[in-house]
Amino acid sequence: MTSVILVSNLKKSYGSLTAVDDVSFSVEEGEIFGLIGPNGAGKTTTMECVEGVRTPDAGSIQVLGRDPGTRSIHLQNRIGVQLQEAQLQKRIKVWEAVDLWTTLFPKTVDGEKLLEELGLAEKRNTRFMNLSGGQKQRLFIALALINDPELVFLDELTTGLDPQARRTIWEMVLRIKERGKTVFLTTHLMEESERLCDRVAVIEHGRLIELGTADELIARHCPERTVFLSAADVSAEVFSGIPGVAKAEIKDGVLHLVGVGAGFVSSVIECIAEHRIRVTDFQTEMPNLEDVFLKLTGHSIRD
Amino acid sequence: MRHVSHLTKLTWVEIKIFLREPMGAIGTVLIPVILFIVLARFFRGETRAPRFVSVDLPIFVVIFIVIGAVLSLTTIIAIYRESGILKRLKATPLSPLVILSTHVVVKLALTSVTLALMAVAGRRFYAGSPPPAPLSFFLGVILVSVSLLSMGFILASVVRTARFAQPIGSILLYSLVSISGLFFPVRDLPQGWQVVALASPITHGVDLLRGLWTGDGWASHWIAVLVLLANLAICSAISKRVFRWE
Ligand SMILES: Nc1ncnc2c1ncn2[C@@H]1O[C@H](COP(=O)(O)OP(=O)(O)OP(=O)(O)O)[C@@H](O)[C@H]1O
Ligand SMILES: [Mg+2]
Repeated sequence: MTSVILVSNLKKSYGSLTAVDDVSFSVEEGEIFGLIGPNGAGKTTTMECVEGVRTPDAGSIQVLGRDPGTRSIHLQNRIGVQLQEAQLQKRIKVWEAVDLWTTLFPKTVDGEKLLEELGLAEKRNTRFMNLSGGQKQRLFIALALINDPELVFLDELTTGLDPQARRTIWEMVLRIKERGKTVFLTTHLMEESERLCDRVAVIEHGRLIELGTADELIARHCPERTVFLSAADVSAEVFSGIPGVAKAEIKDGVLHLVGVGAGFVSSVIECIAEHRIRVTDFQTEMPNLEDVFLKLTGHSIRD
Repeated sequence: MRHVSHLTKLTWVEIKIFLREPMGAIGTVLIPVILFIVLARFFRGETRAPRFVSVDLPIFVVIFIVIGAVLSLTTIIAIYRESGILKRLKATPLSPLVILSTHVVVKLALTSVTLALMAVAGRRFYAGSPPPAPLSFFLGVILVSVSLLSMGFILASVVRTARFAQPIGSILLYSLVSISGLFFPVRDLPQGWQVVALASPITHGVDLLRGLWTGDGWASHWIAVLVLLANLAICSAISKRVFRWE
């Protein structure tokens, strides 16, 4: 695997506020890499330094083998950028924006087709200022993809979109990846990062506190799985012997089994079979990135 | 070549956007022409038109249109910067000089329309007043406009918000106009101000346009031409370095 983005010891302050503090990571070719963290964590600052839109105070960045700080044309032709808070000329029409962007790059895809894919075809003659927030967002995604980039930056790509539009965009992102492109995105939606990202980096207060695949992070920080079991005559003792069990107790007639390890759930099932327990209900609860985040930071990402 | 196609496309888009602006065409084309006609009418009764009307009024108009263009360039760029449009453009292969030039070209196109209308309107009021070499005068207008607009480049590159762009630009440019020799000769100024006036490209712009209007050749105003060209080169180079995207 080759690294498409290499960031080492990135630092950026605004006055006395350190927005990004000693952040290092790499993004590999063909993956979807997500930067997750709460509001003000430093996601946008990090991403815009990588895009070359902001200038870091310290550290080094390589994008497709080049320094993005120099505004290299070769680099700009190969990347696509969607900024979190962008604007266009108020009175520019949708098709004019796409047409303008098409002129800016040497190699482009069919703009009209792109608008269609993003559900903007019937808005092609609408002025930018008359688009809804979600439509603006989709237009910016179209502009980010117009030059058929090898590397796409998406900063909070589904903010302001309704659930259906969000799903459409997610499918588009997965299709970008299928075509062998690399995606670097930021989000504070855990569902989004679980659906899309191959690897995530957790950032808080400007520091990168964790990095890995969702499974790795869950195994590292929240390895417990919980099984809820309802049965005719259930007793906690039967299960206390199975490997990895951390807790077995009955609450309101339901047996709660907490255990660690990938094999825990199957051990529970084997135990049920062995003791011929007549199960009336069986549920498992897997921890997700949300739980990892809570564990790492002591608060939910939404606070 | 890339820059040329960017410039052409962006200019065309910006002209369309400008014409969609309420008051866009009216404010920049119609109002100066009307003002010109009113002023011309005011002086018409005189048997021998004073020098100000016959020669300096057109130059006065040109200079004010150009300064209007500089100020509006500064304001537009400041608005684009404040609202994040420039930031979005930064992530594309567009050069800052292309962005600035686009607005210059848009303004020049409108200035040409304004001037053409004035020439048509003026014919009725000034007997035999058109310059002996109109093409030469027109080229002079282009040179002066581009050179003065490049000062606007620097202003537009660094002024942070639209709110400051207009007053800072106005104070600077109108002071330079007042000592440019348009209203009274430069040699009547105090010694120190004469130095400032002679360093100002506006003074040289007035000198060149006045000469061309009365039929002088370009060679007899070579200093003015040189100053205007140097001003253009220096200002463009500086603004490219100090251009702020956000
Ligand atoms: N241009 C700026 N000037 C001053 N401070 C800034 C600027 N941009 C960001 N900040 C500050 O830096 C910190 C990090 O901001 P950043 O936009 O990178 O966060 P984020 O993780 O993208 O947040 P969000 O989820 O809200 O988009 C915040 O405290 C913010 O207030
Ligand atoms: Mg952000």
